[in-house]
Amino acid sequence: MSTILIIEQILNGLQSGIMLFLMAAGLTLIFGVMGLINLAHGSLYMIGAFAAAAVAGLTGSFVLALIAAMAAAAIAGVLVEMLVIRRLYATDHLDQVLATFALILIFSEGTRWVFGSFPLFLDIPDYLSGPVTLPGGIQYPFYRLVLICVGLLVAAGLGLLITRTRIGIQIRAGENDREMIAALGVDISKLYTLVFALGAALAGLAGALVGAIQSVQVGMGEPVLILAFVVIVIGGIGSIKGALIGALLVGLTDTLGGVFLPQLFKLFMEPSAAQSSGSALASMAIYILMGAVLIWRPTGLFGARP
Amino acid sequence: MIRERTLNGLVLVLLLAVPLWAMFNDQPFTITLATRAVIFALAAVGLNIALGLGGLVSLGHAAFFGIGGYAMGILAHHAQTYTPVMELPFLIEGTKSMPVIWLVAMVTSGIAAFLIGILSLRTAGVYFIMITLAFGQMFYFFSISWAAYGGEDGLLIYVRNDFPGLNTLVPINFFAICFTILCLVLLLNGLLARSPFGLALNAARQAPQRVQTVGLDPQRLKLVAFVISGVITGLAGALFADLNRFVSPTMFSWQMSGEIMIFIILGGNARLCGPVVGAVVFVMLEHFLGGLSEYWHIYLGALLLLVVFFARGGLVGLIAGREVAHD
Repeated sequence: MSTILIIEQILNGLQSGIMLFLMAAGLTLIFGVMGLINLAHGSLYMIGAFAAAAVAGLTGSFVLALIAAMAAAAIAGVLVEMLVIRRLYATDHLDQVLATFALILIFSEGTRWVFGSFPLFLDIPDYLSGPVTLPGGIQYPFYRLVLICVGLLVAAGLGLLITRTRIGIQIRAGENDREMIAALGVDISKLYTLVFALGAALAGLAGALVGAIQSVQVGMGEPVLILAFVVIVIGGIGSIKGALIGALLVGLTDTLGGVFLPQLFKLFMEPSAAQSSGSALASMAIYILMGAVLIWRPTGLFGARP
Repeated sequence: MIRERTLNGLVLVLLLAVPLWAMFNDQPFTITLATRAVIFALAAVGLNIALGLGGLVSLGHAAFFGIGGYAMGILAHHAQTYTPVMELPFLIEGTKSMPVIWLVAMVTSGIAAFLIGILSLRTAGVYFIMITLAFGQMFYFFSISWAAYGGEDGLLIYVRNDFPGLNTLVPINFFAICFTILCLVLLLNGLLARSPFGLALNAARQAPQRVQTVGLDPQRLKLVAFVISGVITGLAGALFADLNRFVSPTMFSWQMSGEIMIFIILGGNARLCGPVVGAVVFVMLEHFLGGLSEYWHIYLGALLLLVVFFARGGLVGLIAGREVAHD
């Protein structure tokens, strides 16, 4: 196994990790600020992807498609927040799980109703496709590099937003003490809607960006949603830094495990058995990682200690 | 408003009457539908012991449902291919006997629940939901990549397993077996809730510190509840596999965990017959709405939202009022 393969796989892991971060960031903000488990976050991801595919099909512009994805997801997010989620803040986790599960059903079937059961395709534009040569002679798809950069830029922007701006201060204050910031004159319900819209837009963006390398179909959001939950639980719920580190850990474990565990097993097993047990272990690896982190630190790597 | 106990009786009588009616009118599909409802109810009654009594929001109970299913699938698969399950360190043969399969399903899911419980109970709140979900996913992906037992395609069992003295291929007989088990488990659940253990568990959910002060270990109480809960859901999994004569990784999926939880919340959390009502209503909706429209999940979703908003105690709470669960 060559260095080139290893570097390629590390880049793939980074790329999937950074896309997971876009999902996880919204989820962790929403949970941190409002104490809400939003299972329907995967549906916002799906809405983003579908909006992007539809707009790209109509206009042919990838940039417009991305904007449409963020706008559609944010609008859906705001609607959902105002109509449904707002009534759930005071209830326990059980009701939230049920209500947002109900939202998944509605969104998935609604999308199937509008777009049909067949997957749509979102093409990578010409100026972003094709391989580039990295130092050391490694050929790597340009689009995936762009994804990594976009993700890192968003992460940096989000970091600045949280630590440097007035909204960020309010969000952090909201995580610590809701009643207090309401008493200080911040319109808490507007803040909640804003955070929800922000999280939704990030999910929509992730859906559109990933939709261009995979197919756009109903149910695409749920696997990512579960991974994003794993990420925020590893990182500690409510922590953006935790979400970033958790996302990279999960992305790298998932990608590298899938490639290298079967290879590793081949060193001491016969090839076919090694292939199957290696890939079995690889698909379980991130959940084992999460279990291990939670047993070591029950509130995640950067979560608030009780 | 009628009393919860009357309602419970009514529900069970109805659940028995419909398949009997179907038998005399020669409608085997209705009996299968009722059996499906009974098995789902059993799985949810299992989860209700952890969720309702113990306050443990487990989003990973599909793990036990699936383990029960695969216990049946693996044993029956080896019996129908005349191969041993394993030869070393000692010989284990496959079997087509239901009681043996149930025992294996219950013991393995009990062991799994014990291990998952020990690890998961270190966390609380939303972390507990997520870690149980993660364990469920672990089993899901493991079953997908377990090529020896069908991997993604699952296992097909040609003939339903045997029960001593009954022809299980007759739909009403298999229904009778499942219904009897459900009634026994409900009885057990009622006794358990009123037993010293049940009371202590209830207290451990409401005020763990006080329970600790009087010298009981709340974590141990919850662990025991989690194991009992897993055992029952595992048994339901074995029955479900036998009903379909098919096991696949879908039984491990997180949507399955979600559905089991929906039965409970739809019917009424921590109510004795809440899970039964929920499962029956769900299966009926699935059947009738599914017949009306291809997109019936939209209506199901809307209905669930209504339950969350307007019927906090579930359907049982709506009908029998907000009396305290289990008297």
